[in-house]
Amino acid sequence: MTDIPPARIRNFAIIAHIDHGKSTLADRLIQLTGALSEREMKEQVLDSMELERERGITIKAQTVRLRYRAKDGQEYVLNLMDTPGHVDFAYEVSRSLAACEGSLLVVDASQGVEAQTLANVYHAIEAGHEIVPVLNKIDLPAAEPERVKQQIEEVIGLDASEAIPISAKTGLNVEAVLEAIVTRLPPPRGDAEAPTKALLVDSWYDPYLGVVVLVRVKDGRLRKGQRIRMMSTGAVHTVEQVGVFTPKMVAVEELGPGEIGYLTAAIKTVADTKVGDTITDDRNPAAEPLPGFKPSVPVVWCGLYPVDADDFEKLRDSLAKLRLNDAAFHYEPETSAALGLGFRCGFLGLLHLEIVQERLAREFGLELIATAPSVVYRLRWTDGRVTELHNPADMPDPTRIAAIEEPWIKATILVPDDYLGAVLTLCNERRGQQVELTYVGSRAMAVYRLPLNEVVFDFYDRLKSVSRGYASFDYVMDGYAESDLVKVTILVNGEPVDALSFMAHRSAAERRGRAICEKLKDLIPRQLFKIPIQAAIGGRIIARETIPALAKDVTAKCYGGDITRKRKLLEKQKEGKKRMRQFGKVEIPQSAFIAALKMDA
Amino acid sequence: MEPLALYIHWPFCAAKCPYCDFNSHVRERVDQARFRAALRRELAFEAARTGRRPLLSLFFGGGTPSLMEPETAAALIEDARAAFDAAPDLEITLEANPTSVETGRLAAFREAGVNRLSLGVQSLEEEALRFLGRRHDAAQAVAALEAARALFPRLSFDLIYARPGQTEASWRAELRRALALAADHLSLYQLTIEPGTRFATLHARGEFALPEGEEAARLYRATEEEAARFGLRPYEVSNYAKPGAESRHNLQYWRYGDYLGIGPGAHQRLTREDGALLAAHRHRAPEEWAARVARDGHAIVEETPLAPTERAREALLMGLRLAEGVDPARIEARSGGLPFVAAVDTAMLAALIEEGYLAWTAAGRLVATPEGRLRLDALLPALLR
Repeated sequence: MTDIPPARIRNFAIIAHIDHGKSTLADRLIQLTGALSEREMKEQVLDSMELERERGITIKAQTVRLRYRAKDGQEYVLNLMDTPGHVDFAYEVSRSLAACEGSLLVVDASQGVEAQTLANVYHAIEAGHEIVPVLNKIDLPAAEPERVKQQIEEVIGLDASEAIPISAKTGLNVEAVLEAIVTRLPPPRGDAEAPTKALLVDSWYDPYLGVVVLVRVKDGRLRKGQRIRMMSTGAVHTVEQVGVFTPKMVAVEELGPGEIGYLTAAIKTVADTKVGDTITDDRNPAAEPLPGFKPSVPVVWCGLYPVDADDFEKLRDSLAKLRLNDAAFHYEPETSAALGLGFRCGFLGLLHLEIVQERLAREFGLELIATAPSVVYRLRWTDGRVTELHNPADMPDPTRIAAIEEPWIKATILVPDDYLGAVLTLCNERRGQQVELTYVGSRAMAVYRLPLNEVVFDFYDRLKSVSRGYASFDYVMDGYAESDLVKVTILVNGEPVDALSFMAHRSAAERRGRAICEKLKDLIPRQLFKIPIQAAIGGRIIARETIPALAKDVTAKCYGGDITRKRKLLEKQKEGKKRMRQFGKVEIPQSAFIAALKMDA
Repeated sequence: MEPLALYIHWPFCAAKCPYCDFNSHVRERVDQARFRAALRRELAFEAARTGRRPLLSLFFGGGTPSLMEPETAAALIEDARAAFDAAPDLEITLEANPTSVETGRLAAFREAGVNRLSLGVQSLEEEALRFLGRRHDAAQAVAALEAARALFPRLSFDLIYARPGQTEASWRAELRRALALAADHLSLYQLTIEPGTRFATLHARGEFALPEGEEAARLYRATEEEAARFGLRPYEVSNYAKPGAESRHNLQYWRYGDYLGIGPGAHQRLTREDGALLAAHRHRAPEEWAARVARDGHAIVEETPLAPTERAREALLMGLRLAEGVDPARIEARSGGLPFVAAVDTAMLAALIEEGYLAWTAAGRLVATPEGRLRLDALLPALLR
């Protein structure tokens, strides 16, 4: 237990766009307060996963406890909560923010406010945070602090007159940030004698300790030996250890109101710990849980298949290991005629999907094929049932479906004026509905409702390309709506290729079907027979390409001395056919489908 | 008893051609007597194992066998006639290059008993001859052909086409000039890049490109048309002959008959008395081959009986190259009794027939149509089990 009363605790988060210097500032704060020695300091301490550090993305919420002697002569405990920075983890972000009373809003003084920053600021405002604007990279010649201050006021509506100009990189004025945390952010409130009520902020699997749970105590206390109960599931555990991060894990006697720390309780998998859940005392439980709990639900699904069919078991084991530490990730076995045995996997969003794929490749050495991502559709059956559709291949006979609903998002796009036209065209092409269009200096902020389906296709790439990389984009889920959706099936030699079928709005079906047919035409090698490649809605062909038969393939010279070699070559070719997929009398190398799917990504 | 064809390999060349991946070697000096003795010794060894069998043909290949002493050819022909029951019109072919030196010795080879000459002309275009690394020019080629025609009852020559940048019109013109030189047999090969050759290196470096796909197919069809005008029929993928002028020796390979191969790197297929079919080949390096023959009487490095499916595959991959196709009964017999329907994928066979690549003749032979032959390398792995 800390010897410092709640009045001298400050819990804060840092909100920033990627590359605006959140991690660098965190490093400086840790350094200045002496939480780590120079030797222990490595760049961006908080982003501990290799992948996180490399991509500059925080995936798991993390925390560090700093001791700071302020100018008033008192010692304060400052708990820095590092939050995941991406929309895919929006719920995790909101839980991290709910563990704090205030935020630092870090804005790059030359780049200005980005879409992602906005989304997170709104989360912080919703969480009732006091927000201190910080202008970073003030040392750069391109810095325009006055313009950016004005932008913060206009776009976000925050008073930026006392924004703190700093350079996290050089350390310039970082001391002022520490002082502002103490003077401008409120201390936590809570009742130490009330029944225990702690917010489960995040959890992860540690090979030695089992599941480590990051908590914020609201009321009461958490201590070793205590029987705790998860209020959403009713599961009961005995606390083995409580502690704080300095950022090293240090065990303490107990955690009291306002404190952020960890507990371990012989919990087997992170799936048993739900982010946002309330932890209470089993014998003296709180009457009401903390507000805002919701289980994490995947919004994007795709099939993952091993390139080498022999890796299937390894993939199964790897997914299980991954799931140990990522409860938001879902998977179930799936079979595809084109790709063999694999898994249908659910993700919080596209970045989450990408991160999981990369981790499987990097940490487990697996070469994977991913099918095109699909959103979760809601099917209203004619018999009144409502079911979810995760895989276009599972789409039932449309005559039994009364209506299909698809998920929508509300997207915020900030883009320099020059590219606005192109961005609006793109949004309109993707069935976007404009909600708002405002200007901030020379930049436009467009708010659109878009079907998520249109975004998972290739929206990011197109947005990047039409704005030359200057557009920034963020979104929140925005409900379901009925839509004229069809399943497009891709047929090779008259037979459907399950892995390539997709759902599309009727107006986009032909264009996308044709694109895939054209791609396959280039990818599938010519064979003895000509191969029709078709896209179809039900029985109606909407696009067609034909791969002509190969023109010539015969050895010019073959005499008595060549026969053994020729036979062995033939036997090798027959062996190679085992990696082919049969479509009637033609055999398509699996690599062609893999390449088609890769081009999609 | 299965009749035999006899192949004798002379492994030396004056220079290595950039497209050639045959077992050929360039030596400053060749000990003619030593290699003559070794070839005779290895032939005697095989003759003793094989016994007196009907002999259909004898073929001196290489390398450049026209660089061997004519008396070597004479001695080997005499040995072969003594060891086997030679057909009265035994076909004896010699491969030769049209350089002036070799042309000067053609009479001596005729004297030795050679009755069919196969000349490595390769092209009648000077630029193409230089590209192909040949040591003769077009005039020498024509002179050699004229000299050969006067000396040998039967004459064939080789041309290489589908060369980089070659147009259909220029190939037709060149081929017409060649056909007018009045051979009754031509081997017309599309240039292919073989691994390990100098062309393979140059091609990989992108220094030249070959006609491919539709273009190569067009050149192939043009070749058939031109040859047909002169009465030459494509009896095999790359071989064209007037009726009766087909190479009996090469037909023996394509019909998957027995053949004996003597000399460095030579391959053979021989039926044993118990019905097993033995595949054997010899050491490729000339000096090592000669040393082993001197020591053991032969330089076989591997000899194995072939399994029925292997035999059926070999019989089909060779036989479907021929316009006459294959007789299923013969395939069954040559594969040691494996039923024909077990050797091929019958559903695929039906599809290939429907597509017009294969056909049954009235006499019950399975043939690859011209369009099928053009795609034989893709067709075989689909067809064969």
